[in-house]
Amino acid sequence: MRNIWIITKRELGAYFGTPLAYVFAVIFVALTGAFAFFIGNFFERGQADLQPFFNYHPWLYLLLVPAIAMRLWAEERKSGTIELLMTLPISTSEAIIGKFLAAWIFIGIALALTFPMWITVNILGKPDNGVILASYIGSFLMAGAFLAIGSCISALTKNQVIAFIVAATICFLMVMSGLELVLGFFRGWAPSFIVDAVASMSFLNHFELISRGVITLPSLFFYFSIIALFLFANVIVVEQRKAA
Amino acid sequence: MAVLVEADRLRKSFGPILAVEDISLKVEKGEVLGFLGPNGAGKSTTMKMLTGFLEPDAGRARICGISVADRPKEAKSKLGYLPEGAPAYGDMTARSFLNFIAEIRGFDGANKFAHVDIALARTGLESVATQRIETLSKGYKRRVGLAQAILHNPEVLIMDEPTDGLDPNQKHHVRELITEMAKDKAIIVSTHILEEVEAVCTRAVVIDRGRIVADGTAEALQRRMPYHNAVAIQIAASEADRVAAALAVLTGVATVERVAAANGHIRLRALPKPGASIAADVGALLRDQSIAVEELIVERGKLDDVFREITTSNEDARHA
Repeated sequence: MRNIWIITKRELGAYFGTPLAYVFAVIFVALTGAFAFFIGNFFERGQADLQPFFNYHPWLYLLLVPAIAMRLWAEERKSGTIELLMTLPISTSEAIIGKFLAAWIFIGIALALTFPMWITVNILGKPDNGVILASYIGSFLMAGAFLAIGSCISALTKNQVIAFIVAATICFLMVMSGLELVLGFFRGWAPSFIVDAVASMSFLNHFELISRGVITLPSLFFYFSIIALFLFANVIVVEQRKAA
Repeated sequence: MAVLVEADRLRKSFGPILAVEDISLKVEKGEVLGFLGPNGAGKSTTMKMLTGFLEPDAGRARICGISVADRPKEAKSKLGYLPEGAPAYGDMTARSFLNFIAEIRGFDGANKFAHVDIALARTGLESVATQRIETLSKGYKRRVGLAQAILHNPEVLIMDEPTDGLDPNQKHHVRELITEMAKDKAIIVSTHILEEVEAVCTRAVVIDRGRIVADGTAEALQRRMPYHNAVAIQIAASEADRVAAALAVLTGVATVERVAAANGHIRLRALPKPGASIAADVGALLRDQSIAVEELIVERGKLDDVFREITTSNEDARHA
């Protein structure tokens, strides 16, 4: 635990020691706002809720989270610091969890910086703040799942561009798996339980549930198991590289 | 003496390329082992296996008797490692980077700062401690890597080309540091600079194509050369034939070569029979015959030549 925290602390320091953190936070806050107001018709709907704000989070994460995740391991590999890190007396999983947590906390901070949206909607009307809190939690969990996928992919390559594109594609498929675009591909030939299984993998469906204020155990379990699964795969990938 | 580093039949291939074929060695406390070899010989790969960064395909590495594969954390805690090129997190300052390393090495509070200060002082980094590592010169970056490796005063220190790319003063400083730390540690230094082996190492291991081809002190390696203890003299060209004939009949002398002629002078080299020391005999001969000598040198056999001979003769053997 101590080692995880030391790694997390160092990584967080690295985010805020470079322009990365500020660029990311500003873009994230600006884009979430812009989407909510201009595309989500925040005002025109005349409802005191943050639906139009949260609806675009999956799509924003699709672009921004792989951008954060791509550097996690690809950069260590490229700059050779992975050799330093992995010969320190820490385990591979401590390094992976430490780096993941730092990136997740960082995204959490960017998410928290959207609080003016919440203030705005509370000034304009009487929203259900429980739903808003649930939506924030759902959004944060979804970001974590994206991040775990991206972290795992990042360990496979030393090229950050490849890491970004592959991670974004996988995340895209995970988001879309609840939509007809992906399901239609399976419906023609696969038995219905497979179609259902694919549909249940959808980030979007779980996120919609949560952002309506319904935090169910299956949804929590879904996000946490995606995170655990990909971080576990991440450990295997990094360990495998030792033996390769 | 305690064996602190032990490699037992290490083997490693990357796809079709066999990087390390079979390397076994032991390094004891107080030894500074020079790891020599041409580029691509397997020096770095061997070091990566010793430090647990790479898993060997076969064989075992032990640090202070602890198996690197079975108890990696414990083994790594006894070890300081400077990877090739001294990688470090460029966006951190030297001090914050060392603070991070100290924390990972298990130091807390005042103890942590004390260790970082000592490491900064020993590597002469105090003046740049608050600069970001990426803004430092190559020499300073190397020292940051060095500081990181010695911070916890490890029993085993493994350094991959610690002086590569440094200026002569910096090289000297690093060598001094190594010599200073040598007595209570086992140190492995890889290099292809042979003077370095003479300067700091108590023992040299030459590897080529993933195998150990020579193992001994720098002195013992030099003895392998035919020029070891050869005597070179510079005399007037007109005397060359007479002197050469006289030298050839001395008991210890195997052959006499003419090396180079310039400005009416000629250089002769008398090569000794194996094990013989001929300097005194040559000196006496020159005195008896009252030959005017411009220069007289007892050659040691350059380590460069040894290195070239060992690593290229193997090449010939393989191609044959």
